[in-house]
Amino acid sequence: MNVDETELPGLGVRKDFITASGRRIGVVEMREGETELFVSTWDDPDTCQASIPLTADEAAALGNLLGGQHIAMRLAEAHKEIPGIVTRQFSITADSPFTNQPMGKAQIRTRSGVSIVAIMREGEVVPSPAPDVVLHTGDLLVAVGTQEGLDSAAAILRNG
Amino acid sequence: MDPLALTLIELGAVVFCLGLLARLAGRIGMSPIPLYLVGGLAFGAGGLIKLDGMHEFAHLSGEIGVILLLLMLGLEYTAAELVTGLRRSWQAGVLDLILNFLPGAGIAVLLGWGLVGAIVMGGVTYISSSGIAAKVITDLGRIGNRETPVVLAILVFEDLTMAIYLPILTAILAGVGFLGGLQTVGIALAVVTLVLVVALKHGHRVSQAVHSENSEVFLLNLLGAALLVAGIASALQVSAAVGAFMLGIAISGATAHNATRILEPLRDLFAAIFFVAFGLNTDPSTIPPVLGWALLLAFVTAVTKLLTGFWAAKRAGIAVPGRFRAGAALIARGEFSIVIAGLAVTSGAVPRDLAALATAYVLLMAIVGPLAARFVEPVVKVFRKSPRKPKASEPVASFET
Repeated sequence: MNVDETELPGLGVRKDFITASGRRIGVVEMREGETELFVSTWDDPDTCQASIPLTADEAAALGNLLGGQHIAMRLAEAHKEIPGIVTRQFSITADSPFTNQPMGKAQIRTRSGVSIVAIMREGEVVPSPAPDVVLHTGDLLVAVGTQEGLDSAAAILRNG
Repeated sequence: MDPLALTLIELGAVVFCLGLLARLAGRIGMSPIPLYLVGGLAFGAGGLIKLDGMHEFAHLSGEIGVILLLLMLGLEYTAAELVTGLRRSWQAGVLDLILNFLPGAGIAVLLGWGLVGAIVMGGVTYISSSGIAAKVITDLGRIGNRETPVVLAILVFEDLTMAIYLPILTAILAGVGFLGGLQTVGIALAVVTLVLVVALKHGHRVSQAVHSENSEVFLLNLLGAALLVAGIASALQVSAAVGAFMLGIAISGATAHNATRILEPLRDLFAAIFFVAFGLNTDPSTIPPVLGWALLLAFVTAVTKLLTGFWAAKRAGIAVPGRFRAGAALIARGEFSIVIAGLAVTSGAVPRDLAALATAYVLLMAIVGPLAARFVEPVVKVFRKSPRKPKASEPVASFET
């Protein structure tokens, strides 16, 4: 993927690329820390159809959504050969009992047999997270297990 | 009445009125600068109400306003951005200078204001308002647009040109001869180069010198440093404003961001008073005689800026609508045109009519600029669509991939 980087003196840095469907899509990382998400119109790639200001948290959450989908798809692809194994994503909400707690405290593998294979955080991947990794609001856990195991893991993360 | 009480009452009334004007400007989505100028006209010599008590304060505050305007302009850019901007866009910058300096200079010659008047008016029509342009780009959601870096690069070039132009102007207004002028230009070029080099290599040290975690200490350090540097620059005849601009460039990184945040309210206050002070010194009755010239100048320089942006965007490989957007974003003139006219008028080296023409011109351009930027796109679309109508059968999705 060829991402163009352009300096915007006084504003920040623009990073964008052209999608297969012919649209230019990208972000402007503003100096003050916000992110501006934009997508070009279909008929004029120079101009923007939408330009959406995102706070740091919102940008991280969006990054997790996009990246998490990608990882989950790749994992699903890898596990297709093994019947009964499913990949699912869990997001840590502010009211989850394990927010700001080390992940090991939830004892997910012991209690449900499910493995957390990665955490998506602020657009980056934490692969094979150790039990002492502290969970934050907005984290996306990528979990692998059986259908029933994943259901009970979801319940654990929600209700403790 | 006690003179102090009178000054306070006048100042309070004026600042309060400016608040109302700024709110009105925000409500209708325009730059407050023209309204501040009109406010100044109404309060000043020959205006509706004559305010004498605050004159001295308004004058000094106006000077501080100019220093803060330029300091914040310098803070906006890093030295590295200026250097790459200069390298990448100097052709467009030179075209911009030629196309937009000449109309102002020409009119000054026509009106018999001599070489000094020509150099002043050329500067007034040359420099776009980076404040208005940046606001237009953000407000219209064009930050991600491809022509935006082109527009910003031209603005960067203009601001650097200011750093050379202002010392020359200051020297000429002070009435130094050709040799003295050359000397000032030499000093100005040397100072600008030196500061750029220092800022590139040792910017963090300059930042460290003024930086403090305590915002009170930080503010006092910054303001003190700015006034000191401006004062020294002024004593060396390099123009106080340019000293502040170069200090702003030398301060970089996180310190620059914090400085911008801390100085913004001060800048808003003092710059507003500066615009009013400029209006105060202009007699409104001198405007109608030059209004025709102002309109002509406004029309010509709107077209020349449009051409500049069009050409620069074309060179950057941008399609026709984007070229027009780039040109229109540059049309607005504002704060720096008034800074230039203000310097000239204070020195007394130019006729009073120049202030009237500059005021009328900036009033027009600060209003027309954002409107042009907003409406250029639909207008271009209408014009471009009509000849293509017969080809309605072609596939709709004809974009390039």
